[in-house]
Amino acid sequence: MTDTAEPDQISPMLELLSGFIRDLREAGIPVSLSENIDAMEAVRHIPLEDRDALKYALAATMVKNDSHWRSFETVFEVYFSLRGKEYLVGGDEGGEGSDTPDMEGMAQQGQGDGSGGSQMSPEELAQMLYQALMRGDDAMMSAIARQSVRRFAGMEPGRPVGGTYYLYRTLRNLDLDSVLEKLMAQAKDKAPAPGLTPLEERLERDEYESRIDRLKKEVEAEIRRRLVADRGVEAMAKTLRKPLPEDVDFMHASREEMVNLKKAIYPLTRKLAVRLARKRRHGRKGPLDFRSTVRHSLSYGGVPAEPKFKYPRPHKPEIFIIADISGSVAAFARFTLHLVYAISGQFSKVRAFVFIDGLDEVTSYFEGVEDISQAVHRVNTEADVVWVDGHSDYGHALEVFWERYGKEVSSKTTVMILGDARNNYHASQAWIVQEINKRARNVFWLNPEPKSYWDTGDSIVGEYGAHCDGTFEVRNLRQLEAFVENLA
Amino acid sequence: MDYRFESVPAVRQGLADTNYLADDGIAGVVYLADRLQKPILVEGPAGTGKTQLAKSVAEMTGARLIRLQCYEGLDESKALFEWNYKKQLLRIQAERNSEGTWSDIEDDIFSDEFLLTRPLLEAISAKDPVVLLIDEVDRVEIETEALLLEILSDYQVSIPELGTVVATQIPLVFLTSNNTRELSEALKRRCLFLHIDYPDMEREKEIVLTKVPGITESLADQVARIVRSIRQLDLKKAPSVSETLDWANTLMLLNIDQVTAQDATDTLNILLKYRSDIEKAAKEFSTNAAEFAGQS
Repeated sequence: MTDTAEPDQISPMLELLSGFIRDLREAGIPVSLSENIDAMEAVRHIPLEDRDALKYALAATMVKNDSHWRSFETVFEVYFSLRGKEYLVGGDEGGEGSDTPDMEGMAQQGQGDGSGGSQMSPEELAQMLYQALMRGDDAMMSAIARQSVRRFAGMEPGRPVGGTYYLYRTLRNLDLDSVLEKLMAQAKDKAPAPGLTPLEERLERDEYESRIDRLKKEVEAEIRRRLVADRGVEAMAKTLRKPLPEDVDFMHASREEMVNLKKAIYPLTRKLAVRLARKRRHGRKGPLDFRSTVRHSLSYGGVPAEPKFKYPRPHKPEIFIIADISGSVAAFARFTLHLVYAISGQFSKVRAFVFIDGLDEVTSYFEGVEDISQAVHRVNTEADVVWVDGHSDYGHALEVFWERYGKEVSSKTTVMILGDARNNYHASQAWIVQEINKRARNVFWLNPEPKSYWDTGDSIVGEYGAHCDGTFEVRNLRQLEAFVENLA
Repeated sequence: MDYRFESVPAVRQGLADTNYLADDGIAGVVYLADRLQKPILVEGPAGTGKTQLAKSVAEMTGARLIRLQCYEGLDESKALFEWNYKKQLLRIQAERNSEGTWSDIEDDIFSDEFLLTRPLLEAISAKDPVVLLIDEVDRVEIETEALLLEILSDYQVSIPELGTVVATQIPLVFLTSNNTRELSEALKRRCLFLHIDYPDMEREKEIVLTKVPGITESLADQVARIVRSIRQLDLKKAPSVSETLDWANTLMLLNIDQVTAQDATDTLNILLKYRSDIEKAAKEFSTNAAEFAGQS
């Protein structure tokens, strides 16, 4: 098999790969030099015309973390999309060659009259879609994806719009939800006499949903292909790049990214808990305990044969979380609560308070609950946090906290205040933070905004920060993890 | 150097012959591991056949499987080698009466005869083909990982008193991890990475069909569909492939050939191991029933 890579092929392949690796690194995936070499070695052993094999080979040698897979896949799809013909790595469905010149024609047509003119009417397309989904016919589905992107996305050459916009337009026109309902109705009709049992119905629905998902992926891929064909690999590599889950900004996460974040947080908390527990158990090299050593030496006739050591017993801090859960920063509060409660075993006590312009204690929501995400959900829906108008008022919220719970803050307490400190020009009441800091062991302020935005507009984080032991920018999971680990 | 495998499809076929259904990704990585002579780090949720992959590859290539189960506190003497201290003492005592010099004895007691080989050294020094499985490598402390590095990159073990033992044949090495902690960069760098996730529905059905003797195609199909449905719920621990198989076996024993919602709810405790998960899934089946009643 080694001879699949002939000498004259190696050099362009090398060049191609190093470009690919550069893109991967820019997307944030760490690729070391030795992994780079492995990848080069690996491609010598696989048939280059097999695109999937290439993908797996590159992934196995360079992507060493499962959560990076999606980022890798996107980079791969973009990078190896149109170079196929020259380098014999592509060999994609073949439709590509014909699609490229189509681009202009399609665009003109899209500008002229949105729907007509093509071989099929929208009704026919809808009918075909329905048929394809019902039969689960992959080839037909990808044909439909191509058709519908051409028809509905309204792509214009050179227009600087991201892929999500086109995706949204296409999917809106396909109206997959009602197609799903139609499919379900059809399935119910077709069922033998007693009709479908609920379980069967559920299974049918899952089946159709998974087919629709596949179609959506096809559409996305098609849009990507067209964008790359239009604007070139270099331009698109940046735009289409997907950030790694741990780098996604809490405040600007799309819905899909949110789902991925939620998935990422569970393994993260588990890892963090294991790491912290280990930290506590190990580090067992204390100084000599003189008193104990002398005491034990009595049994050896006064010879200190068995030295005794003081084992450090790191104390477990008590945590108070005061979190702003107004719209813009809600996601951040949610993740922080989730993370802190998931490792609450590392703390002697965790109490949570949430506010918008009023403040409410939500500790009880988390007590005896196995499922943290459910508790977090309850916090968002049930907590009584609105006082006047539901716009953040840090001053008032802090006042309420100080009045009701101020006495419970002790020298063992670490207080974490979460929020962007955008106070809507209300009174800051920063003296409360100062008072809290006098009683508490530490006061930390976590701000989900980038540092450059701090103290701009109505943000007064500087005013509060002056009285805290530290203000931290926590925009993504990576930063959150680092902070929480230092805390325990 | 002879390669063990002809091509990716050949790997896939070979694994299928040992009743392990691999997808292209798995077969491709196994193939590459052989070609590049690199270990494979297999990661993924529990019960998706990570360990089984190593066993099946061993069976397929007719190699001996050497297994090192990792645990917290694993050390050199359990993983690599140990001097047989008692035997050494005996040897010294036996020597006392004769007039050998100390250096003779020293040379003697630090020789192969007094060496107890542990899995890693055994895999390296084996003359016959072996597959080395280092199971649940994420359980050892991060410091202990360093023990593995020499073996993984150079296939050799250095013993201070004896010198370096270099492998006569390169074993296929599998490391499995449940991802309870981040493995060190150094370890990851030396391995090919393979993530095994829950199989898609078709593959799971195939697996049920091959592993559960006598199951009908329609029941296997239903089992796979229900399991997929359950995995979509937000659960603490999604059912693994081995639990799917257990469930299929249970259904066979109960003589059920058409799963109803009632059957599914009654036997959920085989698929799911947390009470909250079981309740959630049971609720999911029944709310769906209510919805259905409302619609019709």
